[in-house]
Amino acid sequence: MSKFSDDKMKEVEAIIARYPEGKQKSALIPLLHLAQQEFGGWLSAETMDYVASILSIEPIEVYEVATFYSMYNLQPVGQYVFEVCHTGPCMLKGSDNIIKYIKDKLNIGVGETTSDGLFTLKTVECLGACGYAPMMQLGKHYREHLSEEKVDQIIAECRTKN
Amino acid sequence: MGRKLLLEKAHVEGIRFFDAYRREGGYAAVEKALKMTPADIVEEVKKSGLRGRGGAGFPAGMKWSFIAKPEGVPRYLVCNADESEPGTFKDRYLMEFIPHLLIEGLIVSSFALGSNTTFIYIRGEYAWIVDILEQAIAEAHQQGFLGKNILGTGFDLDIHVQRGAGAYICGEETALIESLEGKRGNPRIKPPFPAIKGLWGCPTVVNNVETLAAVVPIMNLGGEEYAKIGVGRSTGTKLISACGNINKPGVYEIDMTISVEEFIYSDEYCGGIANGKKLKACIPGGSSVPILPANLLLKTAKGETRYMNYESLSDGGFATGSMMGSGGFIVLDEDQCIVKHTLTLARFYRHESCGQCSPCREGTGWMEKILNKIESGKGSISDIDLLWDIQRKIEGNTICPLGDAAAWPVAAAIRHFRDEFEWHVNNPELCLQQNYGLAHYADFREVVA
Repeated sequence: MSKFSDDKMKEVEAIIARYPEGKQKSALIPLLHLAQQEFGGWLSAETMDYVASILSIEPIEVYEVATFYSMYNLQPVGQYVFEVCHTGPCMLKGSDNIIKYIKDKLNIGVGETTSDGLFTLKTVECLGACGYAPMMQLGKHYREHLSEEKVDQIIAECRTKN
Repeated sequence: MGRKLLLEKAHVEGIRFFDAYRREGGYAAVEKALKMTPADIVEEVKKSGLRGRGGAGFPAGMKWSFIAKPEGVPRYLVCNADESEPGTFKDRYLMEFIPHLLIEGLIVSSFALGSNTTFIYIRGEYAWIVDILEQAIAEAHQQGFLGKNILGTGFDLDIHVQRGAGAYICGEETALIESLEGKRGNPRIKPPFPAIKGLWGCPTVVNNVETLAAVVPIMNLGGEEYAKIGVGRSTGTKLISACGNINKPGVYEIDMTISVEEFIYSDEYCGGIANGKKLKACIPGGSSVPILPANLLLKTAKGETRYMNYESLSDGGFATGSMMGSGGFIVLDEDQCIVKHTLTLARFYRHESCGQCSPCREGTGWMEKILNKIESGKGSISDIDLLWDIQRKIEGNTICPLGDAAAWPVAAAIRHFRDEFEWHVNNPELCLQQNYGLAHYADFREVVA
């Protein structure tokens, strides 16, 4: 099974060192982010067990956290995950149309991944970009003021990077 | 033009970095505060009248004075940067453009509270802002404003940034603490309050980003001078994040003496309703606070001008008023459907309920289902009454305020726009093709003219 590289292990140790002795469980959420990033964009049971072993906590303590927070993927996802906001303020600015456009363009439904494994479409609740709506999260960054043209550009950009 | 205390320098070139921030007078508040006693700093914050900027509006100095000081037990300050209330994006702006203001506020506040390890808990989605904050923290370290023996005073402080992972509930302070301890964000039963038993069982103060940043101008001006800005118990300045159908969405710093009408229509702020449309309704303080139709938004029920401050926005209580809340100002134009908008908010709260308390866990799901039914033309009049009944049974019956936050938007939508709900029920096919429009909520400014 996969383990953190030596470099990443140093990062893990630095995170744990932020907390008082015996409070290493506080590192769980940061470590799950790191694990998701390092091990294919999602958290398998195996990955969660590995994180539990690093923190000397029970696997169930990891599962209950991983299932609570919406940023953790518990199933494999595509290489690029489009997380499109559809809460009130984004809806007022046409997020429904953007979601429909992406669905048609990529020929997938919400929660699905394209057959080439490149794109996953998700809807998310308010990400705090209401003044720059409609928007989506793509990896670490926000893509704001979305229009059909902008979605085309983002899709082309992802395909080029690949 | 209103006075700016937080964002005045936000557009100075390079202000994101230490050198420019320092050149513009940054870190003077730390130099001043570290020569004072912690108790005197708390006193200044009390005098300033600063109220928590996260949404509840509780006096910050009073909150600080509650912190327990048992011998040999560490105390913690936690900065709440979990900003997740729909319509709210002000803290993001502050952290992105002028991060040192927050770091400076954190140093002063940590000294005042006796915290040697302070955490910034930031919503997980703001991933790139973590880098900005960590850069600012590293610079402050290099310059001797963080770390051991700050400015030779013997005060030690480290600041760490902790990312959440997608959960609105973690903006509630005890859920935030649970999350920081590596657990699900389930709010705790209070008492004990965090000031007595917070992070790892130690006395803890949790404050919003904007609240902690405001400590900097309070130090620089003195509490009394700060209190002179604004009006009544709405002292200082407030960041408002404006969004929806307006010409100029964005983050504005206001001094709380301007009217709602000026805020919406003047070019200095929202610049009026987009595309020449009319104003239908507005949620003035983040999705949880009551929505108001245009007439009650611009004037109180007594016909007085409504202002952008805590007291005026809540004038009339929930019957005819709303709240300042988090300052998330959401504007709806004449083309927007109240039922559909309320449905997206109900879905939000169903998604974000932690599930601990049954009224909230079950009630938010029911509200979403019923709203969906009405919105898709399958509702009946009794569904509107059922919806009213459910929200009433959630409010006040949960451990944390998420239940209230979920109930209020639904209650206000029915209270002020019941005819629009009934129109959906009575026109099941038409409501799929067109919106109800303005009806009797005619543009207030036209009525006056």
